[in-house]
Amino acid sequence: MAKAPAIIRKRSKSVGKLPFMGYRRENGRVGIRNHVIILPLDDLSNAAAEAVANNIKGTMALPHAYGRLQFGEDLALHFRTLIGTGASPNVAACVVIGIEPGWTGRVVEGIAKTGKPVQGFAIEGNGDLKTIEAASRVAQQYVQWATEKQREECFVDELWVSTKCGESDTTSGLASCPTVGNLIDKLDPLGATTCFGETTELTGAEVECAKRALNKEVADKFMATFNAYQDVVNRYKTSDLSESQPTKGNIAGGLTTIEEKAFGNFQKIGHKTKFVDVLKPAEEPAKGAGLYFMDTSSAAAECVTLQAAAGFVVHLFPTGQGNVIGNPIEPVIKLTANPKTARTMPEHIDLDVSGILRREMDLDEAGDRLIDITIRTCNGRLTCAEALGHREFVMTKLYQSA
Amino acid sequence: MATTHFIVHDKADTVGVIVVENVKAGETLTGWVMEGDGTIKVKALDAIPLGHKIALKDMQPGDTVMKYGHDIGKVVKPVAKGRHVHVQNVKTKRW
Repeated sequence: MAKAPAIIRKRSKSVGKLPFMGYRRENGRVGIRNHVIILPLDDLSNAAAEAVANNIKGTMALPHAYGRLQFGEDLALHFRTLIGTGASPNVAACVVIGIEPGWTGRVVEGIAKTGKPVQGFAIEGNGDLKTIEAASRVAQQYVQWATEKQREECFVDELWVSTKCGESDTTSGLASCPTVGNLIDKLDPLGATTCFGETTELTGAEVECAKRALNKEVADKFMATFNAYQDVVNRYKTSDLSESQPTKGNIAGGLTTIEEKAFGNFQKIGHKTKFVDVLKPAEEPAKGAGLYFMDTSSAAAECVTLQAAAGFVVHLFPTGQGNVIGNPIEPVIKLTANPKTARTMPEHIDLDVSGILRREMDLDEAGDRLIDITIRTCNGRLTCAEALGHREFVMTKLYQSA
Repeated sequence: MATTHFIVHDKADTVGVIVVENVKAGETLTGWVMEGDGTIKVKALDAIPLGHKIALKDMQPGDTVMKYGHDIGKVVKPVAKGRHVHVQNVKTKRW
């Protein structure tokens, strides 16, 4: 087991537990935020959802671009993402608005399995204005009910933590990603549930990554998932992807090839922790505590939206050049080891670990500091992205609609 | 502690990462090799920005560039020790 971080050693009664104050939901899961969300089923329902959120203070609409004429696995992913978002332990209650009642009802039924308050409204036959009024009356009840909820003591073995990096540069691989890895290696033995993704961003490091699977079955599932995504890249690519993966920002930051970027990204899962399963996009973990790999795009908002929909409640985001992403329901904690980014974009950086590069701080100390800011965020401290209003909610679309 | 100008992950690596701003051509730089906690010195032959790589040995087209102790791509134009290593002289072996 990893050397216990300082924050644990200080609380002798809680050794091995690491407490925080969270919201316990009807299904037993623990959240760190208490949102009442207005969730549109489809693009057509965004206007009504935003009107409800404007009427009822303390609620939040999650507009998005899709939901019409999707089919097959792409439609299944759409439903999984919407239901997972409403089902998140960071959501106290949910109003769903769709253009018609059938698919709206499917989302409501999926969220209702958690036992939380949820109700759906359909626009056809009613129009926007009647729908907005009816949905607003329910949203008001929900927000007044939710705001009486109290936080209670919970422990890190009930905490679900996801990670993904963005606008990476070489400082990410040197220090900010290994800082997340240090946290994962410390929280894994305490029973946390954790998740990494970014399938194409392991290109070049995929064999090393497969070695970190719990057993051959999981390793084979990882390689099959990795190879399927490579097939997508190979089918559609028109160049060697040298301005998309790595991105222009990555290249400006000194990253030259996807292989170099991949080995930096890979530092986020530490050195000891094994991953226990491979998840489809937005799929909820089902094998208990441990580290999971999720098949995702490497675009920041798409990836975090999928991880949030799978039930992860707090996100760790190392950045090099300064990605500014947030998520409406899953707080995104940003750390950087790039001293220039820390100096020029301080309002976006929750934790500066550039001291590692100056050899003023070692990785173990950086990991402890990240655990500290993570627990403070779980207790209610707003992240930089929350304070600045970053709510990037981006659905992943697998192919064209019918 | 004296300033660390660049960091090397692994003893087998053929590049290091500049971790300070404003490195100029002609400066003698101090590097920290994390594996084994060693120190090396290399004279920079180019101005190299923060986060960009410096060559730790002479490399020829077709050579494999090593970082993290792993293959991160191939050399496509000759690189002298101390030069800036980036997209102008190194390419991916994938895609």
